Amino acid sequence: MSVLLTATDLSVSYGKVVAVHNIAIELPGSGIVTLIGANGAGKSTTLLSLMGVLPAKGKLMFDGIDITKSPVEERVEMGISLVSEKRDLFSSMSVEDNLRLGCYRRNRSHGGEALEEVFGRFPRLKERRRQLAATLSGGERQMLAMGRALMARPRLLMLDEPSLGLAPLIVRDIFRIVTDLRDSGIAILLVEQNARAALEVASAGYVMELGEITTHGPASELINDRRLIESYLGIG
Amino acid sequence: MDSTITLFLLQDGLINGSIYALLAVAFVLLFAVTRIIFVAQGDFVAYGGLTFAALQQGSVPGSIWLLAGLGIIAGTLEFLRERRALTRPKVLGILAGDFVFPLTLTGVAILAAPQDMPYLFDMALALTLVVPMGPYIYRICFRPMASASVLVLLIASVGVHWLMIGLGLLFFGAEGYRAAPMFGANFALGPVPVSAQSLLVMGATLALLVGFYLFFGRTLAGKALMATAVNARGASLVGISPSFSGRTAFLMAAFVGAISGILIAPLTTLYYDSGFLIGLKGFVAAIVAGFASFPLAVAGAIAIGIAEAVSAFFASAFKEVIVFSLILPILIWRSIRAPHLEED
Ligand SMILES: Nc1ncnc2c1ncn2[C@@H]1O[C@H](COP(=O)(O)OP(=O)(O)OP(=O)(O)O)[C@@H](O)[C@H]1O
Ligand SMILES: [Mg+2]
Repeated sequence: MSVLLTATDLSVSYGKVVAVHNIAIELPGSGIVTLIGANGAGKSTTLLSLMGVLPAKGKLMFDGIDITKSPVEERVEMGISLVSEKRDLFSSMSVEDNLRLGCYRRNRSHGGEALEEVFGRFPRLKERRRQLAATLSGGERQMLAMGRALMARPRLLMLDEPSLGLAPLIVRDIFRIVTDLRDSGIAILLVEQNARAALEVASAGYVMELGEITTHGPASELINDRRLIESYLGIG
Repeated sequence: MDSTITLFLLQDGLINGSIYALLAVAFVLLFAVTRIIFVAQGDFVAYGGLTFAALQQGSVPGSIWLLAGLGIIAGTLEFLRERRALTRPKVLGILAGDFVFPLTLTGVAILAAPQDMPYLFDMALALTLVVPMGPYIYRICFRPMASASVLVLLIASVGVHWLMIGLGLLFFGAEGYRAAPMFGANFALGPVPVSAQSLLVMGATLALLVGFYLFFGRTLAGKALMATAVNARGASLVGISPSFSGRTAFLMAAFVGAISGILIAPLTTLYYDSGFLIGLKGFVAAIVAGFASFPLAVAGAIAIGIAEAVSAFFASAFKEVIVFSLILPILIWRSIRAPHLEED
């Protein structure tokens, strides 16, 4: 499997506090890789720095190109998208405007097709295309955030806790959509509190503790790791 | 107060109110996109009007030196910033945009000023001399501190204001200038004489406001700018570059300022420091609108213009006092109703 993204010696600090310390991550060109860890371990920080939203030290390669110094918009243009933990929607704009802005930098010439595709995947958004993003329910907001990211037809989609705060039934929908996206060939980096569910759909996983990666390997091995079961997975 | 005077004051108030409305929109736009309270907004009015008046009188406007200087500084900083990643197109882009462009304009102004050029040519030249200063100022002063607090940004913008005032005195001198009107004609609206220039001001204001409305409501570029204002991180996640949005917002704000100055230059005598008080009233209208709502800002600005005209009639010496004291209750009311603008 070809490598799509490599991060080496990646460190991120908030002022003097080092939140992510010298981590290394390698993502293949397809399939799901999951990043799990306790609250405050540094998962969101890692995703934000891979996206270029937070400045980081270290080295970052995407598709063979050094993107360590590239600003966010260049990373978007190359095909990296992030659905952030906060969602970061344009709350005073309509659902459709939010989506159309999703292909502002990449895939704009196929914006119409992409919009139909997103509406096909999330029929709920089509019904509410004129509604303001601020008035959507939690599940709909999550769908809109994913839909906006998909408008750019990314090669690597990073999802920060897509199931956060959603009812179990909707969580199941979201996981189904994530696996559909994987099957359509998009590489996915998935951060999840629900570590067991994440490892079940992923091919590989990384475990973060206090800003460092302590374990990584194929998902099938991690899911049976006794220490992980005790600290994150519970009794399955 | 009979109806003739009422109509007369209304006309006066509407003209001033139009200009305040344009400036208020510029304040709101700039703050929403960049979180900068741009105190120097009004100085663009003075620079626009005085540059235009100078061109009309056949003298070379001193503001060309500021344009050239800002271009060279911005370009040099750009070269330093990009020194590790300079590509051929980047070098050519910087040379063209920051050196050739402002220096060519400077040359054109020096050659064209003594000639008797058409009114519209002088207008367009004044605009192209003053408007690019906006994005240059953004790139030199504000982009490097994009993540600073609102207060720090405000202090920087006060600095820019004093610099522009000081240089304005140097460029234009201490005396005031008034430009010739575009149309000398006068109409009679019932008993009230209405000058064509004042209709032009109101018409242009209306056209600009409609233009803004369409730009933000209908075009992807406008929505992208709005997106930066609504959620800066969301905007950068879809690839809208914050620095591009900042440059665009400054371009629009400088344009609004300069065109306002050019439009009112035939109606009022402008001095190098006239911009501040004009800008202040637009600023107050922006505060009335909580720096968030464009329609409220426009309504507030028109109200301020009319209040000013009426108080000028009854007690001209206390005009400013009356206007600003009328505003206090509104501000107090606002601060009670909306104690905090939440920042997310
Ligand atoms: N803006 C910030 N300023 C200062 N410290 C921060 C900031 N954001 C996060 N941190 C700190 O960095 C550490 C890592 O935070 P991060 O949000 O990456 O954790 P996380 O693994 O995503 O946690 P969670 O599972 O709760 O989302 C935490 O200790 C947090 O307090
Ligand atoms: Mg997190």
